Amino acid sequence: MLDYKPNTVLSNEEFDTVGSSPIRHDGADKVTGRAKYGADTILPGMLHGKILRSPHAHAIIKSVDTSAAESHPGVYAVVTSADWPETSMKLVDLAEGSIHNLGFLSMNVLARGKVLYKGHAVAAVAATSAHVAEEALDLIKVDYEVLKPVLTAAEGMAPDAPILHERLASVSNPALRPGGLLDDDADSLRTNIANEFEFNLGDVEQGFKDADVIVEKTTTTQAVHQGYIEPQAGVAQWQADGKLTIFSSSQGQFTVRDHTARFLGIPVGQVKAVPTEIGGGFGAKGITYVEPVAALLSQKSGRPVKVQLNRREVFDATGPTSGTQIKVKLGATKEGKLIAAEAELVYEAGAFPGSPVGAGIQCMMAQYDIPNGHLKAIDVVVNRPKAAAYRAPGAPASAFCMETAMDELAEKLGIDPLDFRMMNIASEGVRRLTGPMTPFVGYTETLQAVKDHQHYNSKLEGKRRGRGMAAGWWANNSGPASAVLVVNSDGTVSLTEGSPDIGGSRAAMAMHVAEVLGLPVTDIKPQVGDTDSIGFTSNTGGSSATFKSGWACYNAAQSVKQQMIERAAKIWEIPDTDVEYKEAVLQHISDPELKLNFKQIAARMIPTGGPIVGSAGVNPPGPGPSIGVHVVDVEVDTETGKVEILRYTAAQDAGKAIHPAYVEGQIQGGAVQGIGWALNEAYIYNDDGALENSSFLDYRMPTALDLPMIDTIIVEIANPSHPYGVRGVGEVPIVPPMAAISNAIYDAIGVRMNDLPMSPDKVLEALWAKEGK
Amino acid sequence: MAEVWIPPKLQQLTDGKQQVQVEGTTVRRLINNLEELHPGIREFLCDEMQEDLIPGLAVIIDGEVSLLGMLDKVQETSEVHFLPAIGGG
Repeated sequence: MLDYKPNTVLSNEEFDTVGSSPIRHDGADKVTGRAKYGADTILPGMLHGKILRSPHAHAIIKSVDTSAAESHPGVYAVVTSADWPETSMKLVDLAEGSIHNLGFLSMNVLARGKVLYKGHAVAAVAATSAHVAEEALDLIKVDYEVLKPVLTAAEGMAPDAPILHERLASVSNPALRPGGLLDDDADSLRTNIANEFEFNLGDVEQGFKDADVIVEKTTTTQAVHQGYIEPQAGVAQWQADGKLTIFSSSQGQFTVRDHTARFLGIPVGQVKAVPTEIGGGFGAKGITYVEPVAALLSQKSGRPVKVQLNRREVFDATGPTSGTQIKVKLGATKEGKLIAAEAELVYEAGAFPGSPVGAGIQCMMAQYDIPNGHLKAIDVVVNRPKAAAYRAPGAPASAFCMETAMDELAEKLGIDPLDFRMMNIASEGVRRLTGPMTPFVGYTETLQAVKDHQHYNSKLEGKRRGRGMAAGWWANNSGPASAVLVVNSDGTVSLTEGSPDIGGSRAAMAMHVAEVLGLPVTDIKPQVGDTDSIGFTSNTGGSSATFKSGWACYNAAQSVKQQMIERAAKIWEIPDTDVEYKEAVLQHISDPELKLNFKQIAARMIPTGGPIVGSAGVNPPGPGPSIGVHVVDVEVDTETGKVEILRYTAAQDAGKAIHPAYVEGQIQGGAVQGIGWALNEAYIYNDDGALENSSFLDYRMPTALDLPMIDTIIVEIANPSHPYGVRGVGEVPIVPPMAAISNAIYDAIGVRMNDLPMSPDKVLEALWAKEGK
Repeated sequence: MAEVWIPPKLQQLTDGKQQVQVEGTTVRRLINNLEELHPGIREFLCDEMQEDLIPGLAVIIDGEVSLLGMLDKVQETSEVHFLPAIGGG
């Protein structure tokens, strides 16, 4: 057992700036209320847009009459999907593996022909105030033919299920496409199954024959929301010259630009998207809801238009994650070696194809060496809001199933659950069940860090208390990113980068620059550029921003460094190769009299050749996966069923924590969201498909009062594909908590909880079932 | 020759073969040669213009997700997989 301090960093290499935790550059603006979020943009003559939403979960729109609304005093524009072109149903990849059928996305923003979930947008109004716009919404007459809704994947897959999309591409098509519509002349069965694929490795039948111990189980999880503090909001200004400017809160200003341009049928060069601050996204703000509607209203009214959702709209109409049903079967030898696995994952995609089941299946067993397996994944459309990405999308549900099964198997084998995982690690080069070889990541070191931690070795005393652990894997992403550095005459450096700052990326990017140039991080002035002032950068998502934009900043800083060397050489009339750059001081390699610092050269940059500007555009490979191991202690109140989290420790391979306090925050935030998912959170629908808990009063997320301090262990096993060893950290912390808590509950009271959330009523029911009541 | 792992759903087009040895120094050439060996498979791997992989599909070369897609280089000893792309949150 090692004596770790709370929130420890097991460091691998020290740097000057990287690895410190400076105050964020945007901190003062945020704590004083000066920072501008999506709803804070106010333009002269601005109108307010409101959206009419479907009261039905599934219905045909027979007609929409907007005439009364249009003539209502104060109303400037009313729009429906008839006001924009029918978008191609072609699938497009908008980077980071974020696959979109823009036709479906367009129909999600404004329904066309059918409404597919309660809250689906049907029309929108722009008026002089939000209240006037709401009055006008009441005047829009929509004639619906109400259809029976499909609310679960099981209902959707039933032979006689109502069909959401008449021409959904059927699974008889062997392609890996994540859903689309058939051509008009194509013939196929009517189905709600948008996609189905599988993986095979080895001989699974023989594997199970050879197994001494087998565990089989089924888990279910409900849709949960990302729960970001800031509802979606944006302002669109269609100018007289045909240019469109959008100010909004998003995870990707380029996605906002590209989606809006495609929906409106205009070139991207006609649109400028300006990112505001963002009050949380967790994946859900990587697609658009309000901006195209605001743009359409602005085009029609000739005035700037703001569209800002309220909390109920956020719950009803923006993407939660998928509800899931997952079956798993694992086989192991009596010595504790996994030798066979089978799984079937069924994910609800919401109203349009594209659940994260592909990620769920690929991450489920990625950290284990299993030679024989068969995995199957199914994506089903249902009459619920279209599922959106949520922190490691797809992986938490599959890890809940896998890691509770691992716990059961370890128990049957009589092996400590952590040791059992250690015995079955897929080390680098081991073939995964999905085919490719396992990439490099510090799973062994992360497990060992937990095994060495006081928490795992402490004695847990008290009745109805239990300890559980679980691991989680996530495939981090990379993507295109851009950065521009401008040296100022006082030696400060202005940095423009393309990744919206959700988790402190401005500071992390400035730290990359400061490290290369040897400057104080306070001398770097970071900002997030709009789509006209910085090169394309894919969304802040997929745990990619620090990796990809970090690379861009690193390369741009290297360019500035080289230019500083050239200026010094010019001043001293010597070759560049005779100049050495060290810690922001330029010096002749052999003459100590020739020395100038960064600020002195910055002051002379104009006469020595003009402005110094460094820039980089990158698409760096090798983000590497991330791995997390969590251990939790719980106490279960057997009178009420309430589960209390007593202690929680999360370890994770961060590669290199550029800003350890932010990495710690990411781990804690992910763990807390996972705890909420485990114990409290769920979308609750009635039989008509109406969400019955669309407020934070009824949709119970954990607060600080519910939780202990989340202790963290940042394990640093450098990623060789990044100059400082970074790997993404933001998503994997949400993967292990549900399984870890379920395992802890079992340890406490002897019941296996296989259905999320593990709310008091379900815990009591499970206890009563165990006691035969 | 590179070894291409065929997705199970497409193995009906490769006579049930799970892996196929294919010539080609880029992913594009690899797919074109695969199409010659097993006609009909290309339409499930790349778009109509044969310029990009179909959206939603990732190519993994020697364990690394390719960011260049059809243009990426393939070695004689490479192992190539086509998997559903993973999107982030």
